[in-house]
Amino acid sequence: MFDSYTENTLEYDPKLCINCGMCSTVCPHGVFRDGEKTAQLVDKKACMECGACHLNCPTDAIKVESGVGCAYAMMWSAITGQKEVTCGDGECC
Amino acid sequence: MSILPKKEDSNCGTSCCGPAPMVLDLNTESLSKQKDIKIATSEITAANRLDHLFARLGIKRSEHRVEPGLYALGKPTRNSPVFVSANYTLSFDALRSSLVGIDGYILVLDTKGVNVWCAAGKGTFGTDELVFRIEVTGLADVVDHRVLIVPQLGATGVTAHKVKSRTGFKVEYGPVRASDLPEYMKDRRATDEMRRVRFTLLDRMVLAPVELLLMPKILLVVILGISLIGGVMGVFSAIVAILAGTILFPMLLPLLPTKDFSTKGFILGFLVILPFSWNAFMATDTIWWLHKGLALSFLLIMPPITAFFALNFTGASTFTSVVGVKKEIYRYVPIMALMFVIGVLLMIVLRLISITGGGSYV
Ligand code: SF4
Ligand code: SF4
Repeated sequence: MFDSYTENTLEYDPKLCINCGMCSTVCPHGVFRDGEKTAQLVDKKACMECGACHLNCPTDAIKVESGVGCAYAMMWSAITGQKEVTCGDGECC
Repeated sequence: MSILPKKEDSNCGTSCCGPAPMVLDLNTESLSKQKDIKIATSEITAANRLDHLFARLGIKRSEHRVEPGLYALGKPTRNSPVFVSANYTLSFDALRSSLVGIDGYILVLDTKGVNVWCAAGKGTFGTDELVFRIEVTGLADVVDHRVLIVPQLGATGVTAHKVKSRTGFKVEYGPVRASDLPEYMKDRRATDEMRRVRFTLLDRMVLAPVELLLMPKILLVVILGISLIGGVMGVFSAIVAILAGTILFPMLLPLLPTKDFSTKGFILGFLVILPFSWNAFMATDTIWWLHKGLALSFLLIMPPITAFFALNFTGASTFTSVVGVKKEIYRYVPIMALMFVIGVLLMIVLRLISITGGGSYV
């Protein structure tokens, strides 16, 4: 209760990891850490689903559904059933 | 326009003390291919500062743009580093002003005037645009090395290994903040601290006015219109509830209990509205249940308003996941709407009773 951020869509399969170190480099929340043989998933809960690790993992060992997380856009899409259009041109939401 | 003097035009070598202002160590061959390298400096002028202020306040939102392309900073050579940036003045200026004394190139992507982080999220600061920009600027002919320093937050849109396979350039993710670049450039290593996003009081305060300006105007009209039912106190308390959600909330974010933004907002909204409610509760000018009822209606109407704006701040925060925000929306928006509607109905009923029964309750 009062914590909607305990789950997220981040999935990591260490078996596919070639230990390139990219995920621990790009993650802005320290979710991954360098390990001996494979990258270590150390703080899954801190993931904000930005998608950087997934995009930059050369072997697809990481999967995550990313999005902008703009509440107005999500509510609008929930109400109208349309695809989420994110924010205007100028500034991010 | 070509601002670069060709080597044969400049009448002195690198050790010259003459007045030639900008001698770039480029050969003529590459210059014929490379038609347009623009010049950038590390200096931030008064005009830049005004532009930054306007950008932060959301004034002239589409005008804070830099022309995309390749820029020379200082006196770069064929081995100088290449930094990648967005064509948003705040991003570009943060980068160039952090690179005081560093000679290099800045490759500005066309992100439609949006900062690196948000543009990366939308994909405009992305692999395709980066590859395209490398090609049209002829970057491969300007530098001998094949390394690009991309801001770490750009990784949300850029796929390093794809850029490498399509252009031969290796993407190296620099620190999150441009201000850490001088430190980073010493050994091309970022500390854990440099790799993390922060969401400091200052970061949050900078976002607050934008939130206020960007919120749908119709919402404001509806809220203030409805609050008119409550008379002067109604409107006043609604304004307080809105400001609490948009200004106070970002400030107090880490101090408010619970994890969810909505519940934090409810708590804050409840606190700021208490005085109004108490005021109505203690009034003695009409029948007792009228003002007790009014006190209750304040508590029902106003906290959801604050909570709603608080929830919307998740879009600006740098640590909320989409799944989490969705959960928050499904969990709390119905509660907000229910409380608000019941509160408004209660207020209308009380208003009608007091009008027909004579005597004002506010
Ligand atoms: S999605 Fe973003 S926040 Fe989550 S682990 Fe990957 S890089 Fe880190
Ligand atoms: S990016 Fe992929 S392959 Fe590289 S260390 Fe992380 S999980 Fe392993």
